[in-house]
Amino acid sequence: MTAPTIGGLGKSVKRKEDPRFIRGKGNYVDDVKLPGMVYLDIVRSPYAHAKILNIDASKALAMDGVLAVITGKDLEAAGLHWMPTLMSDTQMVLPTDRVVYYAQEVAAVVATDRYIAADAVLAVDVDYEPLEPVLDPFKALEPDSPLVRPDKETGTNHIWTWNAGDREETDRVFADAQVVVSQDMYIPRIHVASIETSGCVASWDKVSEKLTIWMTSQAPHAHRTVFSLVSKIPESKIRIISPDIGGGFGGKVPVYPGYVLATVATLTTGLPVKWVEDRSENLQADSFARDYHIHAELAADRDGKMRGLRVKTLADHGAADAAANPSKFPAGLYSIGTGSYTLEAADFEVSGVYTNKPPGGVAYRCSFRVTEAVHMIERMVDVLADELEMDPAALRQKNFIQPEQFPYKSPTGWEYDSGNYPAALDKALDMIGYQELLREQKDKRERGELMGIGICTFTEVVGAGPSHTFDILGIKMFDSAEIRVHPTGSAIVRIGVQTQGQGHETTFAQIVAEELGLPVENIVVEHGDTDTAPYGLGTYASRSTPTAGAATAVAARKIREKARKLAAHLLEVGEEDLEWADYTFRVKGAPERSKTMAELAFAAYTNFPLGLEGGLEAVTYYDPPNLTFPFGSYICVVDIDRGTGQVKVRDFLALDDCGTIINPMIVEGQIHGGLTMGLAPALYEEIVYDEDGNNLTGTFMDYLLPTSMETPSWRITNTVTPSPHHPIGAKGVGESPTVGAPPAIVNAVVDALSHLGVRHIDIPMTPSKVYAILQEKGVAE
Amino acid sequence: MGKRSITLTINGQQQTAEVEDRLLLVHLIRETLGLTGTHVGCDTTSCGACTVQWNGEPVKSCTVFAVQADGGEIRTVEGLETADGLHPLQVGFWQEHGLQCGFCTPGMLMTTEALLRDNPKPSEEEIREAISGNLCRCTGYINIVRAVQHASNAMQESAAVPSHTPEVSAEGGK
Repeated sequence: MTAPTIGGLGKSVKRKEDPRFIRGKGNYVDDVKLPGMVYLDIVRSPYAHAKILNIDASKALAMDGVLAVITGKDLEAAGLHWMPTLMSDTQMVLPTDRVVYYAQEVAAVVATDRYIAADAVLAVDVDYEPLEPVLDPFKALEPDSPLVRPDKETGTNHIWTWNAGDREETDRVFADAQVVVSQDMYIPRIHVASIETSGCVASWDKVSEKLTIWMTSQAPHAHRTVFSLVSKIPESKIRIISPDIGGGFGGKVPVYPGYVLATVATLTTGLPVKWVEDRSENLQADSFARDYHIHAELAADRDGKMRGLRVKTLADHGAADAAANPSKFPAGLYSIGTGSYTLEAADFEVSGVYTNKPPGGVAYRCSFRVTEAVHMIERMVDVLADELEMDPAALRQKNFIQPEQFPYKSPTGWEYDSGNYPAALDKALDMIGYQELLREQKDKRERGELMGIGICTFTEVVGAGPSHTFDILGIKMFDSAEIRVHPTGSAIVRIGVQTQGQGHETTFAQIVAEELGLPVENIVVEHGDTDTAPYGLGTYASRSTPTAGAATAVAARKIREKARKLAAHLLEVGEEDLEWADYTFRVKGAPERSKTMAELAFAAYTNFPLGLEGGLEAVTYYDPPNLTFPFGSYICVVDIDRGTGQVKVRDFLALDDCGTIINPMIVEGQIHGGLTMGLAPALYEEIVYDEDGNNLTGTFMDYLLPTSMETPSWRITNTVTPSPHHPIGAKGVGESPTVGAPPAIVNAVVDALSHLGVRHIDIPMTPSKVYAILQEKGVAE
Repeated sequence: MGKRSITLTINGQQQTAEVEDRLLLVHLIRETLGLTGTHVGCDTTSCGACTVQWNGEPVKSCTVFAVQADGGEIRTVEGLETADGLHPLQVGFWQEHGLQCGFCTPGMLMTTEALLRDNPKPSEEEIREAISGNLCRCTGYINIVRAVQHASNAMQESAAVPSHTPEVSAEGGK
């Protein structure tokens, strides 16, 4: 009999999740159906800013099947009309007197059927008195601007200003530098638009006084804590189940009013209540990403040596600061913006501003504003290259942090763990045939054809994070794993993070398989149920592998150390006489005398020495000593159609270094998907408002997700530079491609037009925007 | 709201239901009949998560009324697996990592099953065109294309050798 395959690190183990998904047997929130369940639907504001004069629900309440209409006044009586956001701001659950963004929740209808609930939404009469909205964050800071949040004592739309780096030193470097380039750029509001929208089923059991909520949640434990704090129900009486999640990408981190309303509805009716957004509600009212207005300046010497960076940014947060950044980082990890380059000094300033838009600042497959930071620095490097008439690849090579400089302390205080940027760029340039592409471009330019090559050599920062610096609402951002090995050598692993497609059920089993030598097929991973999983902060910001992945490895090693005692007992040798080799404990010098983990697991329950506890299990709450810093070198080649302004990504090579790879197949899939979510905002996606604050992009007919026709065949490759502080050397990968792709594409498009005097284009680079530039430059056909 | 009785065949089984005129086919499938493999993603016929086959053709069931399907044959993702095992497309999606969150997968499977019946050996371009009405936010489509190619190849081989059962290997595609 051949031994079963271990399926440890580096193996493309087929996913354990897939057998249910390919049969249509996944269990998503909208698939949950409980006896007696009723449906909640939401009345939403047609105005971006208005007073509410009256809400008349009588017609709705008279309809057959309508059980209740909940208004802000009802919630006010229970003190539930406002809720805390994860950024320690507040957000209305339902308004009592005014709405502050288009599609804001105004009232909730509960009915026996989702069609009746939708009918009843239309039957609720709301009298509004429209007010002037403010949509532009610059205007919002003017003294005569309409006030978005009169509940605040500040009397202004300014939320906070946050600084990083050393202003004095930066000023000195700038005064001394030979060249300074500057650029304004806007990174527009976009929406993650996971194919599953948000929703929940809330069920209050009067007998056990227990509240169970199936919720589209990327952070079920944190959400349970928030629900307990708001509702005063003991946390032991709240169970949040995050079942199969149809994509998260950051959009399922915030607490939305709909979750709270469904909870209020089950508490008041005693019936299970389902609320699921439709796509328009999702695109109009859920939290949004980006919306950064950036002014950046880069100082350098004539020879191309980069010296200083100065960045001033206005962050449009909409009507509430409802992002999910760690508490101490209101602008996230934006100060990573010195990128892959050695600089003498940097000065970052970000101001958060309220406007009459839905809450912004949530991630879009991004570790807390890293995307904005990388976009800024990778654009600035190309702007400098254009100014100095230097090759962008050579300019990058001249300024890279060198391999021997790691751990590298950045001017804004980050300590980069490991990297080899020059080797990564060299490999990417070589693979794509950079010199050949430059020759082709020269020939094409002579013929009047528009072809561009764009480079992005980004550094990510993920894995939040060390507890001394990282918390959300005061809860430290450690993460957890609990492993139980059964007598017959199978195991169950429970983790504090939660898959939304990343494949945790497979990769976390592989980590345990590698550490314990148990076959991956016999290891079950469970997560997403707060009653059974250990406490953790959830999956976003590429933190699962750096935090809970580390916890899983450490817990498995605790088990292995106990197994060593059992092996010493069974083999009648000292623990120090044993070595762990080929997934087996062997006696040093007599390797044929050995015990496998399966044998030791059996002994843990049947034959353990006096003084040793029975059983074989471990729990770890892992506090990472540092963040991890994945990096990559991306090269994009575009052709631009002079007749239409259409940008075609002809070739795209993505070199990623995410440290140790657990499952190459899954890493490849993450990169394919991440690149596609980088292509999307670069060329297609933008949430657009008219001057009254109406969302003009509220369906998939107006908000353009890339289809199979627009998405190129990505080429990917890698280098492997393990993280020195992570137990298995892994760094996380899910978001790198979404962070790295947009500037590579912009740099390519700008490069195609640089000989015409184009130095920058804001995203999305739609055909109409590009065509207007072609017309202005006299090259449109 | 008036109701009427409709009879249709779902995955080979005849079903009769009393439905409102306005009931969408997807809600009949998901809520009346309890087949929750078919998903709702957009309500505007854009995303294809709700794709089922109606008389053999893929349709987006979020914009078909249940009464329109009266007398018709509907096939959903739950109807793909047979007593002989998984459909080659299901094997292909698993083998080639053609899914991540799994939400778009049932629609992708029903669209590409119809494709392979019409065109057993599609080119990459033909596969991309066939799935262009099915949005996926996770995969970047490359592995979905590979999954369909995997199924196409397996179906060609098993047609050539009738006793052949497609192999499922422990490791996925690369």
